[in-house]
Amino acid sequence: MIYLDYQATTPLAPEAREAMMPWLAGPDAPGFANPHSPHRAGRAAAAVVEVARQQVAALLPAGGRVIFTSGATEALNLAIFGSGARRLAVSAIEHAAVLDTARAADPGVALLPVDPQGLVDAQAPLPAGADLVAVMQVNNEIGTIQPVADLARRARAQGALFMCDAVQGAGKIAPPQDADLIAISAHKLYGPKGIGALWVRDGIELKPLIHGGGQEGGLRSGTLSPALCAGFGAAAALCARLGESDAAHVDRLWTRARAALAGWTLNGSETARWHGNLNLRLAGLDVARLLSECRNVAFSAGSACASGSGRPSHVLRAIGLSDRDTKTAIRLGFGRYTREEDLDEGVAAIIAAARSQGVALPWSESPS
Amino acid sequence: MPAEPLYLDHAATTPLLPQARAALAQGFDAWANPSSPHKPGRAARALLEGARAGVKAALAWEYEAVFTSGASEALALAIGRAQVERAKVERVLVSAVEHEAVLRPAGADAARLPVDANGRVDLAALEALLADGPRTLVCVQQVNSETGVIQPLAEIATLVRAAGGILLADAAQGAGKIALPDADLIALSAHKFGGPIGIGALLIRDFALLEAPGGQERGYRGGTENMPAALAMAAALEAGAGWMVEARRLRDLLDGQLQVAGAEIIASAAPRCPTIGGYRMPGVSSAAQLIRFDSAGIAVSAGSACSSGSLRPSHVLSAMGLDAKAAGEVLRVSIGCETDEAAIARFIAAWRDIAGSARA
Repeated sequence: MIYLDYQATTPLAPEAREAMMPWLAGPDAPGFANPHSPHRAGRAAAAVVEVARQQVAALLPAGGRVIFTSGATEALNLAIFGSGARRLAVSAIEHAAVLDTARAADPGVALLPVDPQGLVDAQAPLPAGADLVAVMQVNNEIGTIQPVADLARRARAQGALFMCDAVQGAGKIAPPQDADLIAISAHKLYGPKGIGALWVRDGIELKPLIHGGGQEGGLRSGTLSPALCAGFGAAAALCARLGESDAAHVDRLWTRARAALAGWTLNGSETARWHGNLNLRLAGLDVARLLSECRNVAFSAGSACASGSGRPSHVLRAIGLSDRDTKTAIRLGFGRYTREEDLDEGVAAIIAAARSQGVALPWSESPS
Repeated sequence: MPAEPLYLDHAATTPLLPQARAALAQGFDAWANPSSPHKPGRAARALLEGARAGVKAALAWEYEAVFTSGASEALALAIGRAQVERAKVERVLVSAVEHEAVLRPAGADAARLPVDANGRVDLAALEALLADGPRTLVCVQQVNSETGVIQPLAEIATLVRAAGGILLADAAQGAGKIALPDADLIALSAHKFGGPIGIGALLIRDFALLEAPGGQERGYRGGTENMPAALAMAAALEAGAGWMVEARRLRDLLDGQLQVAGAEIIASAAPRCPTIGGYRMPGVSSAAQLIRFDSAGIAVSAGSACSSGSLRPSHVLSAMGLDAKAAGEVLRVSIGCETDEAAIARFIAAWRDIAGSARA
């Protein structure tokens, strides 16, 4: 199986898995305790949680605190509902975890449009009276990198909080500057599923959504898992260390795949983009058939969450594609553990399956 | 030389069972997103649904199960969503001895059901409160985390159903140890029965009882599913609770010997889960006891793990009628599946030591 779906989830880094193991040990090891217990075993577990918090914080801006959550969805819910914001403005290409939550908090939420390149205009007027503006750092479907620093400064200048879903960018590119709230997820940066974090700028007060033992400074109750924290922390530390080589690797993969698929049309900007995301369309392509014919290649027709639904992608619609064109798009995602030969093989299988549909392909993709 | 550590705080969390660890490893190997429609995604989905079936079968629960990040989230989901539109709950009743994870989302204005001196809900008071009220969500835990007291949920369920209400049982301490209670909504936490921290579930008798907020888990919970943890949760439940017999024998031993040594046993007349005992050492504050036990290498707790860092008097013990001084002299001892008689004997000896030096 060739895995080309790194936006849906990433493989667990062996180092992250290793870091979790001592905290998943049995009764003879000290690593299983509740980090909120004041006894010695509990304090040892609390220490690993705090080390992990620092490792995760290193991926995020200075001047804020890291609140561990069960994932980015919970972090985004905590940010939106916890802020008490009543009037929201979010980009038209946010993930459902932001869009649906924003609609639940404010049925009249304003949508910030994107241009055909899939970018929010950094100078676009923000709705007057909005008290929370949310724009993601890297789009999950088309990989475009948004001008979040400019938008954050302008949102804050008019008195709104700025929230950034940094799930796809965290650990890969520099963190968003000037945001007030940043949500990230471990399993998108080679860490385990079941943990994420909300970064909260110092001085911003939130109300909790989950009550109980009062963990995470009262903001998020529930026993923290030392294992998940250690895995998240190790994955974050690895990203900090390997960030440049990961990005160079991804650029090499991008160049290869782009060349092989030169006749396909790129969805979203070529340059303002995380190159681990290659979203392409080809006129006349039947993507459902393509997916079923490429059984040995795992890739996506949209985001993982929506791709089972059959609804046209709201992101591709927002960059101006017709419903018909949105249904001819595929997303290839790759990263640290994708080998060049695997990518070549996966792309070749996709090209062969597309050709068998008889859709027009330019000469450059003829067999050589 | 520091003493060999002795862990008697299994109600705070208990070690991962080997079966659960093996299931986690299996889950880590199948790391795809269970919502992805491709082959590895479907394989992860199949494992997740297998885990759901395993949890339900092990608990003999034939209705719905939604995985959450733990019991706190399950309780927030149950209480929060029972109060919107479809379910139309207009009032929330909570027992006075619930965990904060129930008391806080229920709100300060939720009526409190009193308990007797043994920590059991006053059924007459419940009946009176339900008599002429609007549709009510009643929240009563299965097992108290500080005292081990088991609530009469069968009787409570009968009263709630007769009044047309909904019963939510926080079964974090009882699930996987004693039979599941009769309730409409049941919250579980895996790490209390040998599964991993970071996963739990809300059992739902009928989806019509709760408005779905959207997302994964049949619309009840957004976020990528933590399939490895779900597998491990099922494996921990499937390991069974055969050790309850031994736990009961060990707790009886504790009760008997500590009583002789001068302890007051909390809720001794109530049915209690065999894994938890609350013991008062008259004249010695629980904070002082904790320091002494900790330096002897023994991990126990004053109240629940979450509140034991604070020195507030336990609301559970206060509700049972203990005054602040008495409530401030109680420690919780909790037993796990690997606890043996030598561990109990060592704890009893340390208890006698601490009590003796305080009297000296």
